[in-house]
Amino acid sequence: MTLRRIAKRLLVNGEEHEVSFLPHRTLLEVLREDMALTGTKHGCELGECGTCTVLLDGEPVLSCLVLARECEGREIETVEGLAGASGPHPLQHRFAELNAAQCGYCTPGMLMTAMSVLRKTPAPDRETLRRELAGNLCRCTGYLKIYEAIEMAAEDLQDG
Amino acid sequence: MSDLKLGFPGNEKNENFETPDNVAPPWDATTKFSVMGKPHPRLEAEDKVTGRAKYSYDIRFPDLIYAKMLRSPHASARVKSIDISKAKALPGVLYSEARQGLTVRYAGQGVAGIAAETEEILDDALALIEVEYEVLPCAVTVEDAMAPGAPQVLNGPNVGGRPGRGKERVDAVHKDADIVVEAEYRTQVQTHSCFETHGCVCKFDDDGSLTVWASTQSTFFTKTAIARAARVRPENVTVITEHMGGGFGSKFGADDWDRFCVLAARATKRPCRYLLDRRAEHLIAGNRPDSIQKCRFSANKNGTLMGAWVESWGTAGVGRGAGVQNPTIYRFRAAGSEQKDVRTHAGRGRAFRAPRHPQGVFALEGMIDEVAFALGMDPLALRQKNDAHPVRSAQWPVGQKAIGWRKTPRGNGAVKIGYGCAGSRWGHNARPGDAVRCRIGKDGSVLFANGSQDLGTGTRTLIAILGAEELGVPLSFVDVRLGHTTDPYGHASGGSVTAPSIAPVVKQAAWLAKRELLEHIAKKIGGDPKKMELTDGDVLGGKKKITFKQACALLPVDSIDVTGDSRNVFRVPRFSREVAGVQFARVAVDTETGLVKVQKIVSVQDCGQIVNELTVRSQMLGGVIQGLSYALFENRLLDRNTGDMVNADLLNYKIAGARDMPEIETIPFNVAQGGTTAGVSSLGEPATVPTAGAIANAVSHAIDARVRSLPITPDKVLAALGAL
Ligand code: FES
Ligand code: FES
Repeated sequence: MTLRRIAKRLLVNGEEHEVSFLPHRTLLEVLREDMALTGTKHGCELGECGTCTVLLDGEPVLSCLVLARECEGREIETVEGLAGASGPHPLQHRFAELNAAQCGYCTPGMLMTAMSVLRKTPAPDRETLRRELAGNLCRCTGYLKIYEAIEMAAEDLQDG
Repeated sequence: MSDLKLGFPGNEKNENFETPDNVAPPWDATTKFSVMGKPHPRLEAEDKVTGRAKYSYDIRFPDLIYAKMLRSPHASARVKSIDISKAKALPGVLYSEARQGLTVRYAGQGVAGIAAETEEILDDALALIEVEYEVLPCAVTVEDAMAPGAPQVLNGPNVGGRPGRGKERVDAVHKDADIVVEAEYRTQVQTHSCFETHGCVCKFDDDGSLTVWASTQSTFFTKTAIARAARVRPENVTVITEHMGGGFGSKFGADDWDRFCVLAARATKRPCRYLLDRRAEHLIAGNRPDSIQKCRFSANKNGTLMGAWVESWGTAGVGRGAGVQNPTIYRFRAAGSEQKDVRTHAGRGRAFRAPRHPQGVFALEGMIDEVAFALGMDPLALRQKNDAHPVRSAQWPVGQKAIGWRKTPRGNGAVKIGYGCAGSRWGHNARPGDAVRCRIGKDGSVLFANGSQDLGTGTRTLIAILGAEELGVPLSFVDVRLGHTTDPYGHASGGSVTAPSIAPVVKQAAWLAKRELLEHIAKKIGGDPKKMELTDGDVLGGKKKITFKQACALLPVDSIDVTGDSRNVFRVPRFSREVAGVQFARVAVDTETGLVKVQKIVSVQDCGQIVNELTVRSQMLGGVIQGLSYALFENRLLDRNTGDMVNADLLNYKIAGARDMPEIETIPFNVAQGGTTAGVSSLGEPATVPTAGAIANAVSHAIDARVRSLPITPDKVLAALGAL
């Protein structure tokens, strides 16, 4: 049995790509294996760790649980799209500055969840962060620097 | 004789020391640092936050193939036959291996392997392999493996370990003591749960040389092991580890699956990738052995600790290495232990962040609390009375103040607030053997290179800071190349040896390069090179002042290229024998549900000479969270009948998440430690040693009943309260 690839137009980080991939592939697989966007990490493929988090139409999703074919015509955002022409996003800048990334493996997923929080809640309190980040595990940092980085980025963004 | 001032404010001592001519003068308590000791973001931070950082899992080639092994669902079995023919016939299957006749000793052991064009074909092929097993009885708990008639796990007896020494003496001391306390403590098996799983991508070049992108905490061990397994000459193997997603002691060399990956790559002449899936990671890629610790401690009414005897049992699965660091830390009149290392039908234990320590200290510190209770003494006062370490003695009051220590628990409703503390010890673990290259270019570039790895602790940045400090240039001038075995040798990152071992060698390399630069420059601008110095990017003491970049431009050669090694840089007096730390916990326990919430942890840690305040605090935070996770949640559960792990995922194997985080106050203790010319100490492991003990003591304090088993789950709390 040979599976036939399907061709889909995927809108990733504001750019449209014509990608051909096997129909059962998850968004994580298509991003990493078919599009060489390896910034999104692979931690469990079971929907448990959050390292594969990307934004789909602005909402954080576990890309290992989403079929890529269902993403056609929808807006996909990954860590590679966070930085702008003027350099890293304030969120990325604060993560770097505070050492909120140790081994860094959970970082892309954390950043994407944090990004969605900041868009919805410009000044999130700790409780909001604890709730919203509950699906993103980290084995190294102890999370506190991640909270602080998001809070500082929120201030940066409000100050313009 | 010149003087060396060691220690910390409030406890300093002078040591005589003469620096040899060919050695960088040591740093001590009087050194004024410009780069060291301040918080510095890591060099690769931007790569990590933009997704540019490439981990082994991210290495790709257009013709990459994929490997995976079929794993035994049984913990003990004989493979009667393997029929791999259907799998081999599948188009796209490129390489295979069948381990006919294998005796399976743990669930997850590799039985057959496939390499294929795509991951889909790979999974289909694995499903087509037919294995006939003769299932044999298994023993996956210490008790089962020690029972009469228990199945033998490997050749030789199941029970090994170290016979105890000095029991008679401890018994005699117990007899003379005013009180004797006895209790049994238990700890669980914890898996490392690295976020990037174990494995590698490998590729042979046409000339037969092999490159391996490995997720490892020892590039050089991996190189040797791969060379041996694949029968390639070591000089033809290069291991690359630019970034890796956690190791915690479980990634020290090439494993069975790496070997299979390399063989597949060679046979197919294609690059091959094999990183474990999450389930295999739990089953076969390492764990912290469990323990049963029967403790008998004694003390006198005046609060003097007398005797301590511990008998322990634990299992590292089919491996050896179970054992506990107990008794330790405190001064006993007589102390000792007998430790039994019991083989079971389970995946091999591996070094896990401070092997033997968190489990030992949990029981030790529980016992100290129990002794204090029996004596009617404040547990903190008992500790201070019996702790002789110069650094820890200064740390206890600091932690006490930061947590707001209370002798009596708080809370009058169902939720009780308790306080607990525990101590930590570790070795300084500076080991000779590293070498570091320093290259200063005519263009003003500075590069330090070493072939070892950064497992997330911040080694790359540490090297840059040390180099910049000794060279006398701003940190931004310095670049570091790490993680390529083509560069000079560096230790495995285990035992927290990395920072203390490499620090004096970086310093030495920088010093040698600086001396050479100044000699060249003295000839150009005039002056005595011995009296010239480089400070904050300026060359001072010559006939005229010039900048570092100007000096480099004057070099008569293209670059200065020197290698510093560990000769002579380790012969420096040391301040204290062990690395010391204390932690305090405040917890809230719901006595109706049994749920424990950690509210605050204070970590006071001896950090030796601090290189980077930011990564020092990160190591302390990370140590606490792993200790908390161990204390309350993590637990590998094996089915006692089949030996398979029933929670081999990250949902049922719970690790601490964002919602479980307490407030954590990190108080790094900078100690001019000496021991090497840099005076840097071990940190990553000691930072996690006392957390579980401190939390457990706080829980017991809150509910006035002792939970002697980890993890402290609600059922155990309720049972201790007599509510179950
Ligand atoms: S890889 Fe998707 S949740 Fe873990
Ligand atoms: S930084 Fe390592 S998993 Fe989060």
